[in-house]
Amino acid sequence: MEKMKLLQTLTGHMGRVWSASWHPSGTMFASCGEDKTIRVWIKNDEDRWIAQTVLTDGHTRTIRDVAWSCCGHYLASASFDTTVAVWDKKSGEFECNATLEGHDNEVKSVTWSRSGGMLATCSRDKSVWIWEIHSAPDQEDEYECVAVLNGHTQDVKKVCWHPHEDILASASYDNTIRMYRQDTADNEWEMLEPMESHTSTVWSISFDGTGKRLASCSEDKTVKIWQQYGPDNALGIPCPEKGTVWKCVCTLAGFHGRSVYDIDWCKRTGLLATACGDDSVRVFKEASDSDPNEPTFELVVKIEAHSQDANKVAWHPVTPGVLLTASDDGEIKIWQYQDEE
Amino acid sequence: MTELENINPNVYKKCEDRKLTKDDEDEDVVDPFDEREIFDLIRNINDPEHPLTLEELHVLEQSLITVNNDKNTVSILFTPTIPHCSMATLIGLSIRVKLLRALPPRFKVSVEINPGTHASEHSVNKQLTDKERVAAALENTHLMEVINQCIGTPLK
Repeated sequence: MEKMKLLQTLTGHMGRVWSASWHPSGTMFASCGEDKTIRVWIKNDEDRWIAQTVLTDGHTRTIRDVAWSCCGHYLASASFDTTVAVWDKKSGEFECNATLEGHDNEVKSVTWSRSGGMLATCSRDKSVWIWEIHSAPDQEDEYECVAVLNGHTQDVKKVCWHPHEDILASASYDNTIRMYRQDTADNEWEMLEPMESHTSTVWSISFDGTGKRLASCSEDKTVKIWQQYGPDNALGIPCPEKGTVWKCVCTLAGFHGRSVYDIDWCKRTGLLATACGDDSVRVFKEASDSDPNEPTFELVVKIEAHSQDANKVAWHPVTPGVLLTASDDGEIKIWQYQDEE
Repeated sequence: MTELENINPNVYKKCEDRKLTKDDEDEDVVDPFDEREIFDLIRNINDPEHPLTLEELHVLEQSLITVNNDKNTVSILFTPTIPHCSMATLIGLSIRVKLLRALPPRFKVSVEINPGTHASEHSVNKQLTDKERVAAALENTHLMEVINQCIGTPLK
């Protein structure tokens, strides 16, 4: 039975496609890669995705990541040229109206907070930066760096905001994941204890819809599921003064042939997708009798999605089961997952 | 020129050229990649310090190359001339770039240090495996000049 149906293959980027991001409305998405361009894709009258706009003048080196703000008005791009560009359509066309500078080295990832008032970036310079956006009608947006977080000891690969709260997570070449939150007393950003379990680079992370669980994927070919425990949890897991602790409750090993470069936990369906260096994309589903403290996940579909490494997976934010994948082979593909029913 | 790290490296003989067979001229014969072919692609890469090839310094040996043409994998182990060689990453990167240019993109190439022959083998291997950092390195103009010099044919 066909569980993953290919809806469309999109070409246009020259060389490797590194990342892509769905607009929150699901009516468009942006993609980026080593050709230093951002492509914004929309659906035409025949229900086919086409590149509506190509943004070429924002960066001088590879664009590693793109992210839409939750309001859908802003698009941020992170580049090896050490800058982050913020694009908007206030003039009617996409324009780069802010360039965030400060990182000493390649910027690897960018992400917007749920509230939209904050942006986080991370770099090979081992730091995570948090930026606040100050916008007022008829005035230019201003971006202020409010925190430089130096918890990691190596290249930081990915930053990801919590789906409801102003909690930030980051993943690094130092094999750990870190979380950050604002101290309610003095508004200073503080770091929680590093989450250690992976044995090599953590490439990507994704929260589930509740924000109480996190999935991570790594160069060590595994995927791990982390569960948040608060004070007085039923299992008696000790919590630090700072409140909660994250524990690795599940390791998916033996499924991936090479490095796992990306992971996305669908907020609508709970399905977990991974992008792997063996060119394949896999979808995992939590077992119906899964114990939350020792969850079990089943591989429900594996597709030989691309002819080279898969770099990115992203579930559609509105339509359940629609998945975007992007690869070193220069292609972006749109798939539809079909459940047994 | 800065001081050489390894002043007197051992120099070894080059291997014989591959003999042409009559099938080599026949376009209809399927000719999968093998260890010798990969070795021929990289054996003449220059050492960054010495006017010698990686073959002559025994940094590369055909017996440390594994090819699986059907599974699209190529694995190279290289042996730095000394255990503290600071050029190890650069040498590994040169091998990667050479194969990136010469082989079809279907191949997954792994370049690692011959186990036990370098003090920081783990961290060098991790850098060479990280395709994101390799991609960033290839955008570094100065570094690419150095690598292209290593890959280019030696001045005779």
